[in-house]
Amino acid sequence: MAATAPAVAEPIVEMENISIEFPGVKALQNVNFRLFPGEVHTLMGENGAGKSTLIKALTGVYKIDSGTITVGGVPRRFAGTADAQSAGISTVYQEVNLCDNLTVGENVMLGHEVRGPVGINWRKTHEAAHEALIRLGLGDLDPKQPLSSISLALQQLVAISRAMVTDSTVLILDEPTSSLDANEVEGLFTVIRRLRDEGVAILFVSHFLDQVYAISDRLTVLRNGVVVGEHRTAALPRNQLISEMIGKDVDALNSLGSQRSRAARSGGTPYYSAKDLTRKGSIEPVDIEVHAGEVVGLAGLLGSGRTELGRLIYGADKPDAGVVTIDGKTAEVTSPVGALARKIAFSTENRRDEGIVGDLTVRENLVLAVQARRGWARPLSRREQAAICDKYLVELNVRPADPERAVRDLSGGNQQKVLLGRWLATQPELLILDEPTRGIDVGAKAEIQETIVALADDGMSVIFISSELEEVVRLSERIIVLKDRRKIGEIVNGPDVTAEAIVDLIASEGSGA
Amino acid sequence: MTITELDRPAAPSLLSRMKPNLETLPTLAAVAIFIAMLIYGEIAYGRIVAFSTISNLLINNAYLIILAVGLTFVILTGGIDLSVGAVIAISSLVGVMLANAGWNPLVVIVLMILIGSVFGVASGVLIQYFNVQPFIATLAMMFLARGLASILSTTPQRLADDSVIRALSTQWKVYDGPKIDDLVTTPNVLIAALVVIVAFFMLHRTRFGRTVYAIGGSEQSALLMGLPVVRTKLSIYVISGTLAGLAAVVYTSKLGIAQNITGVGWELDAIAAVIIGGTLLTGGAGFVLGSVIGALVLGLMNVLITRDGGIPPEATTIITGGILLAFVLLQRFVVSRKRKS
Repeated sequence: MAATAPAVAEPIVEMENISIEFPGVKALQNVNFRLFPGEVHTLMGENGAGKSTLIKALTGVYKIDSGTITVGGVPRRFAGTADAQSAGISTVYQEVNLCDNLTVGENVMLGHEVRGPVGINWRKTHEAAHEALIRLGLGDLDPKQPLSSISLALQQLVAISRAMVTDSTVLILDEPTSSLDANEVEGLFTVIRRLRDEGVAILFVSHFLDQVYAISDRLTVLRNGVVVGEHRTAALPRNQLISEMIGKDVDALNSLGSQRSRAARSGGTPYYSAKDLTRKGSIEPVDIEVHAGEVVGLAGLLGSGRTELGRLIYGADKPDAGVVTIDGKTAEVTSPVGALARKIAFSTENRRDEGIVGDLTVRENLVLAVQARRGWARPLSRREQAAICDKYLVELNVRPADPERAVRDLSGGNQQKVLLGRWLATQPELLILDEPTRGIDVGAKAEIQETIVALADDGMSVIFISSELEEVVRLSERIIVLKDRRKIGEIVNGPDVTAEAIVDLIASEGSGA
Repeated sequence: MTITELDRPAAPSLLSRMKPNLETLPTLAAVAIFIAMLIYGEIAYGRIVAFSTISNLLINNAYLIILAVGLTFVILTGGIDLSVGAVIAISSLVGVMLANAGWNPLVVIVLMILIGSVFGVASGVLIQYFNVQPFIATLAMMFLARGLASILSTTPQRLADDSVIRALSTQWKVYDGPKIDDLVTTPNVLIAALVVIVAFFMLHRTRFGRTVYAIGGSEQSALLMGLPVVRTKLSIYVISGTLAGLAAVVYTSKLGIAQNITGVGWELDAIAAVIIGGTLLTGGAGFVLGSVIGALVLGLMNVLITRDGGIPPEATTIITGGILLAFVLLQRFVVSRKRKS
């Protein structure tokens, strides 16, 4: 598990026993992390594994609840990003955080302008900016041109130049490649290697396995806020990495019994089917069928298009093309309102931001979708609301079963149950669940899984999206495997289908390319 | 493909030559309108392009220029300050009453300015630490200042003619023109000029000023870049308040009367001046010199309307609104062009 350190013995950053807790979520638990000068170190993990929390702890955005951060041998407590920057830690975020109302040079030098007797000396400031750009091989870039006139890829490099102006010893790149094309990625990697050779410690976050293997020297894998491995990249087989990322805390979940297999439902028209469903930049043409009473799993890593496909089916994003039939009739689902009218419900993976409304009570959260479908002009009566609450609080075993409590005060698992109840109250025929069990404790997880199975047995069609392959394999009758926004396979579940088989499929598919 | 190939050099350099034009376009348009108004006035009514008219324009609008400079800082960050008009009322009332009570005029002047600063600090703290929208925070300060002024007095308070404060509006003849066409100035005008120069320096030659622009571009980015966002945002409201206090001194010295209803709607005049001068209401782009031109456009418009005699005074606000609308539409056009490029 522990990898040997590179040639340089002293880590530049050492984080020990870091814990951070948010209401209802243990974001990081006793995490140890080391970063050495002159290495590219990748942080791996699925959504919610704690990658961004760890980065935000290191950059001073979040305060740590416990643990120590040592930078260059000095123990530090960061009160803000400015603190971290003065300690030599710079960050380039996925969304380029520069000011596009200013020029390239102004952005590079912002806060570090060269000053003379009469204020900022613009000539020298632009010269310094030019030097910083040259250091990254961007000598051709005119510092006086507006930032908004250059491509996103170049803006990212400008952001890195900015980090270098402050003589940073640690450079954090948070998913820098997610909006770049292959050539631009190569350009970025050239710059990263150059900086690494100069002795800068680089912390890299990416979901693209190929890129991780191309650029990183070592990697640390996080899952559910815990470090599960620290490895030399070259010595780590891909499928081992994937299984570490997705994990298998099977034991506690075995209460559910053996995995489901395909019910005898060979004939008949599917309840929902889509042909060539596609949206540019989001997912390439996909065929999908869901029968009544069937659970179809979407498997794939983060960024594989699993959430995007769910959103397309629900109409949260408008498909560019594709023929959809619902219950044998051609239909067009281009908005969530339209989806609800056709009895399709979608439970988001982003529970906190897009799902529950924390300040409202459990009751208000539960009736939200039903009320939305009825229209606000016809409010649900108190009695109808109470009926919904009684039904779902009991059926889903929400604790505490108090409809007037603010949802914010519930644990993550119970929030998820309320969210599930909200969609069930609309009595959907097709329920799309995106990561319904993420970040919740094992007990609640098992309960939610049981509910899903029970719903399918009652005839509901379910599309189940999860980053935990074990869970997908356990619940689904059929599994659609996605990678790089493409459907790469469809598996009919059976006794011989395992999470490992799916991992191998993802790891082998196109890895040589 | 290497990185050097990534930036197709030809296209950006062409853009960079066009871009400053687009950015300064609203300000240049304001200058053009100002000149056009001068020429039109000269042809239609005569004696507009004259030392005396220009002198009076500056003397009569010194307070507005100072207010507009303060609001330029605020609007550049994407904020707003609605309290400045009411701050002038309370500041000038307190000033006149204390001066008449025999206080040392210098102390009174400093106090008048500090009253503005205090309201600025209050707005800034509300906005920055209590997370109140700038519109609401400064609206609250506007009501507070106006209310306090009304408690002090609802009748006009006259400043003694021999008061030292009035010396600030002493007319100095700079150039003795033919007949009565003299170039005159007052200490007030020099104060306004100094304010403009200092503001220009701060915005374009200090890190503080660059932070102001950065916040206007993207506050989130400015924070993540480690810029002192909190301190800067607090400061700009203090600057705006302080300059409102100073504008109260300038205005009171010129008129010699203070009243609780002084300055009603001036915050909107100042905002109009800033917008006409080419500063984007959403922040991040604009020039303090543009705001000066904006204030002069509004002032000259009043002169022309008075000279015309045929335009009812009530129409003044409609014309101001029309000019403002035209400039905002121009900005929209510029912004949409920028998006496309």
